[in-house]
Amino acid sequence: MNTGKLTTSQRIWWAIGTIVVLVWALFPVASILATSFKLPSELTLGTFLPRTWTLDNYEQILAPSGAAQDLFLSALRNSVGISLIATAIAVVLATLAAYAIARLDFPGKRIILTTALGVSIFPVISIVTPLFNLWRSIGLYDTWIGLIIPYLSLTLPISIWTLAAFFRQIPWELEQAAQVDGATNWQAFRKAIVPLAAPGVFTTALIAFFIAWNDFVYGISLTSTDAARPVPAALAFFTGASQFESPVGAISAAAIVVTIPVVILVVLFQRQIVSGLTQGAVKG
Amino acid sequence: MAAITLRHIVKQYGDGFPAVNDVSLDIADGEFVILVGPSGCGKSTLLRMIVGLEDITSGDLEIGGRRVNEVAPKDRQLAMVFQNYALYPHLTVFENIAFPLRLRKSEFSEEQIKQKVEAAAATLELGEHLQRKPANLSGGQRQRVAMGRAIVREAEAFLFDEPLSNLDAKLRGQMRTEISRMQRRMGTTTVYVTHDQTEAMTLGDRVAVLRRGVLQQVASPRALYEQPVNLFVAGFIGSPPMNFLPGEVHGNRLRLPFAEVEIPQHIASRLKEGSLVVVGIRPEHFEDASVLEEHRRAQGVTFDVDVDVVEWLGAELYAYVPFSIQGDVARKLEELDRELDGEGMRTQLVAALSADSRVRDGDRAQLWFDPSRLMIFDPETSENLSHNAEAAQEIDRRNEQERRASIERAHQRELQQRGQTVAAS
Ligand SMILES: Nc1ncnc2c1ncn2[C@@H]1O[C@H](COP(=O)(O)OP(=O)(O)OP(=O)(O)O)[C@@H](O)[C@H]1O
Ligand SMILES: [Mg+2]
Repeated sequence: MNTGKLTTSQRIWWAIGTIVVLVWALFPVASILATSFKLPSELTLGTFLPRTWTLDNYEQILAPSGAAQDLFLSALRNSVGISLIATAIAVVLATLAAYAIARLDFPGKRIILTTALGVSIFPVISIVTPLFNLWRSIGLYDTWIGLIIPYLSLTLPISIWTLAAFFRQIPWELEQAAQVDGATNWQAFRKAIVPLAAPGVFTTALIAFFIAWNDFVYGISLTSTDAARPVPAALAFFTGASQFESPVGAISAAAIVVTIPVVILVVLFQRQIVSGLTQGAVKG
Repeated sequence: MAAITLRHIVKQYGDGFPAVNDVSLDIADGEFVILVGPSGCGKSTLLRMIVGLEDITSGDLEIGGRRVNEVAPKDRQLAMVFQNYALYPHLTVFENIAFPLRLRKSEFSEEQIKQKVEAAAATLELGEHLQRKPANLSGGQRQRVAMGRAIVREAEAFLFDEPLSNLDAKLRGQMRTEISRMQRRMGTTTVYVTHDQTEAMTLGDRVAVLRRGVLQQVASPRALYEQPVNLFVAGFIGSPPMNFLPGEVHGNRLRLPFAEVEIPQHIASRLKEGSLVVVGIRPEHFEDASVLEEHRRAQGVTFDVDVDVVEWLGAELYAYVPFSIQGDVARKLEELDRELDGEGMRTQLVAALSADSRVRDGDRAQLWFDPSRLMIFDPETSENLSHNAEAAQEIDRRNEQERRASIERAHQRELQQRGQTVAAS
């Protein structure tokens, strides 16, 4: 915890530091946000803010009459569906694996952890070509499952590692304490362990979701139609309203639309994420 | 409240190692029993078997006359305080204490729970912390929350596993008296694990000494101290520990490194001429001959030694006298020392002298002791040949009487106080 008050000069330095980091991180986002409100004809003017604010770009991707609406909405559906399913599977499997790793002593425990690490450091780009060929021959190309499986290879390792580290810090003795206090095995688990494990599982789920949500390489390589193409890949297929118009405005609008859920999730669950990442303090 | 009976309890872990070996113990209703022994002797294992967290390999465990070997922990109605307290970090102090009550939802109304928790918190002076989380409490406060959780429901017995070992010395003293007072007042059967001498000697009605999973002796603290059954108990109980010297039997006399004494008749008959024995004498049974009155001096044996180091502690003074031993006895004592977590061979004699003594480092001094205080151990079996079972029983009997009287007094006081508060209101 923070002890003592900051002196004035310390406070100034913190403020400067925070501003630098914020500008560094948020400037591109602000730029895209501004661009998404520009008219196609004004895109090349080089001003930061749009001269005339317009919702044209959003209409293009969201309104029924919009040129890119079909492309965007189906991609959005794919992204949401595929990411949620991949996250759910990853969290369930990782929770079970991490529980075993944290609590049981079994041969091959280290192998699981090192394999998981190995999988996650393997460059995606080197797997994607063989996967493309394989998926084509067994019929997984351009399907949801065809993306969910590679997404699991991205989300599972990190989920297992985060959760195993998290579960190791849970004072499992509490389960026994609860049993002595009069709880059944199930009650002990639910009342003493789940409340402590939940923030960790939740944080892991968010991280896994973001990884799947942000993927581009698999999304562009393993899909060909809007049957499975996720948003990051679909953006590359946007075209302007006419051949001579740049699609940058629509792309920016789409980028903003897919960023919003991420921001909302983080803002809503800020507390849980932070407590999930710092729960180690339970033992005091 | 209930009696707890252990009959030939054995615990073998997966690797076949018998952590607890054939322990039989009768714990009476309302009794305060201490389990004590060096690290790894199976104290926690025994306690966890009683509470049901560890399976019993063989033997019978009865609580209140009912065999409970296969009964789940939740149905044993025991309350336990864990070494690191095991508080629920996501719950407030209030909810931590209320936890066992909430698990019996049907039995208590919200109003009753509130009332019980507040009563427990008041006893432990936790009233102002009820809405805080355990992480924000001090060690002593956490300890009291753990106790609150134990006392809030009417458990058949309390089990403590080294509850004070995480506290600093001062707090430990306070909590020790607090636990003692509470147990007297509530009269709940209590089993208390510790490896702390002071806790073992001051808290318990009876102390059970364990060594490598085997019960050595169960007796009142006083009987353990005055009538230990073997070398291990004698060396374990007492601080500073008992001095062990080699002794050689010559007729009815015993030759020690510093002196020669007469052997009491009933022991002499059991000793072979020329055999070696281990002789134990407690540090406080030595005295500086120069500060003794004449008539006491005549009762004992005096001998001259070179004092190596002196520690003055205000109330008394420890004099250290080095000596050397060889052979079987040395090996036996070395082994004993290792078992008692000692740092090496004890080749010095410790004498706790009166603070008036003028003995200083490097002096040549005349020490005195009363030969009737000597204990004589068989070096082969470690048995205490001078053990007097009748005397030990007599001490235990007196101890039991005192315990009853003190519980009675505690109840009287309680009634009186209640009467006063009723009268005042
Ligand atoms: N889960 C286990 N598996 C195998 N052996 C165990 C297990 N738990 C304890 N033991 C062994 O049983 C013996 C007794 O352990 P226990 O924890 O009861 O000792 P203790 O008397 O409580 O010691 P301490 O004072 O250090 O707490 C030890 O030798 C230990 O190695
Ligand atoms: Mg222990």
